[in-house]
Amino acid sequence: MNIIDFLLMHSPALIVAIPLLGAFLTPLISRINNKARNIFVILILGLTTSIVLLLANDVFTGNIHTYVFGSKDLALPIIRILFEVDALSAFMSIIGAILALVAVIYSWAFMQENTGLDKFYTLILLMTAGMFGMVLTGDMFNLFVFLEITSIASCALIAFWTNKGKSVEAGFKYIVISTISALFILFAIALLYGQYNALNIATLANAIQFSFLDKIALVLLIVAFAMKAGIVPMHMWLPDAYSKAPASVTIVLVCATQASLYGVFRVCFTLYGNTINLSPASIGWIIVLLGIITMLLGVAMALIQSDFKRLIAFSAVAEIGFMFLGIGAGLTVLENAEMMAAIGLPAMSGGVFHIINDALDIGLLFLVAGAIYYATRETSLDKLGGLARNMKYTTVFFIIGLFAVSGIPPMNGFASKLLIYESTFQLNPILSIVAILSSIMLLAVFVKVLHSAFLGPSIPKFKEVKEVPKSMLIAMGIIASIIILFGLFPELIINHIVEPAVNALVSYGDYIREVIPTFTGGI
Amino acid sequence: MSMLETLLETFQTGSGFWNPIVWIIVAVLAFLITYILRGFGNKKYKKGTEQVKSFLSGNPEYEKEKMHVKSSNLFWGFTESLKWIFDILHKMHTGNISDYILWFVIVMAVLFLLVGLM
Repeated sequence: MNIIDFLLMHSPALIVAIPLLGAFLTPLISRINNKARNIFVILILGLTTSIVLLLANDVFTGNIHTYVFGSKDLALPIIRILFEVDALSAFMSIIGAILALVAVIYSWAFMQENTGLDKFYTLILLMTAGMFGMVLTGDMFNLFVFLEITSIASCALIAFWTNKGKSVEAGFKYIVISTISALFILFAIALLYGQYNALNIATLANAIQFSFLDKIALVLLIVAFAMKAGIVPMHMWLPDAYSKAPASVTIVLVCATQASLYGVFRVCFTLYGNTINLSPASIGWIIVLLGIITMLLGVAMALIQSDFKRLIAFSAVAEIGFMFLGIGAGLTVLENAEMMAAIGLPAMSGGVFHIINDALDIGLLFLVAGAIYYATRETSLDKLGGLARNMKYTTVFFIIGLFAVSGIPPMNGFASKLLIYESTFQLNPILSIVAILSSIMLLAVFVKVLHSAFLGPSIPKFKEVKEVPKSMLIAMGIIASIIILFGLFPELIINHIVEPAVNALVSYGDYIREVIPTFTGGI
Repeated sequence: MSMLETLLETFQTGSGFWNPIVWIIVAVLAFLITYILRGFGNKKYKKGTEQVKSFLSGNPEYEKEKMHVKSSNLFWGFTESLKWIFDILHKMHTGNISDYILWFVIVMAVLFLLVGLM
């Protein structure tokens, strides 16, 4: 067995173990000096990203990886944890890996003047490990544990600037929301464990009867994960947390939010997919409706914001609506094979493609907001102006982010939104019209930012403002390059990354069969 | 299929197609044509003369720093005409954690009803 095979075999465990080990080693490396610590953290996340890409490359060809901690014989009454990685898990891991790596590169200069950076990097690594655990695990209780790790680390990072009252308030709100969500998730898991004496997702999915208690567990799981995913009307914590956390933390928070969205999908499609006796069309229309409300409310609130980071946070809410619209539209035609091929799969591909696009676009915009804060110590758009004169590269990155988030060709956002527009138009033209209207409003929102912060006359207060340091430019440049790459070669991304993830979402039977070979259900 | 062919593949959306490379080539050509047409324009422009001064209906021009339209003033007509909607949205976003939990309970109750009825 060569080193690549060895890494591939143990990759599900390594992806969580490396950042976790790195988190505990970071305070020790900090004792050497700050530069060594920064390099160490970047290397840890670089290595993790490489292993994620290696695993994803194998999983996207159709293999599902399982990794058992404990006995492999499921008949034995031994406590075991099973990691199960399908294309959807790998897809979510890629998002987390890229953005976490970019976040630590950005933090090198962005957080330089802060104290307590050993704790900062430890928490970033813990949060990343928790996020990977959430998307890779095949065990419900383990999912809860990783959710808790992510939440606690996120809370401490949101409130990292403890000298600012509002950051502490945002951290407090986040931990209240997270604790309540986690409590309900734990209660739902207890309901399932009490009935079926199992915690493994595939085993539960095989055994589940959709009894009265299962219905209660379903609602509790969906609501709790949906609140953590920032779905309207439970999104209100999101602008508070996103806007008050340091910019490099915010982009990892975006991934953590999407990991909760993954939780919603895993519960609806895999755990309950086979037994849910609700019509997929009914669920699809509920999700479509939620998506439309999320889009309109997010974009309307973004339009009236004058704080740069709050404005982006509300735009992030609107973007979640696009994902829901695409996936919901796919679900409405799930039972009709012909319509599924013509409308459903393109809609779902658009929705899933938009998950990664949203993380990149919103991530880049948050980094730009962080760069402006770094240079001017200001986030109020009413006080900013004329920064394009002094911050040329940041302006270019902002324009790339603006184009991408508004779905302007040839950026990545256009490709995923085009799939959503075309497929939802065939389902109901009004859906498509609302989606296009929301994109136009998003464009208006960010044109407002372009005008307020970057254009106009030079403001005397900001005449001496300089471009941000190289590490921040490199971090923004990495995301901007991926945005352009995804925009220029959408077919490549759809075929190799998105479609396997969509197939994993729809063909949940394969996920269950990997653990329970006798399972006969599923699509 | 070679790597280049794979990269240049047209993106099939199910009911249509999209090729960003072709779009870029067309966009570049459009810019070139615009640039050539611009060359035929009036060449009497003189920098630093009265020609470059803003004309504000005969009113004196403010200092450049005071001319910047602030973010809150942008889209004023739009937000003013839809004020009733924005007022409702503002009232929803209280910033109070108890209200956040209230929404959580409301959504849970609605979902319990939906799942129970179906």
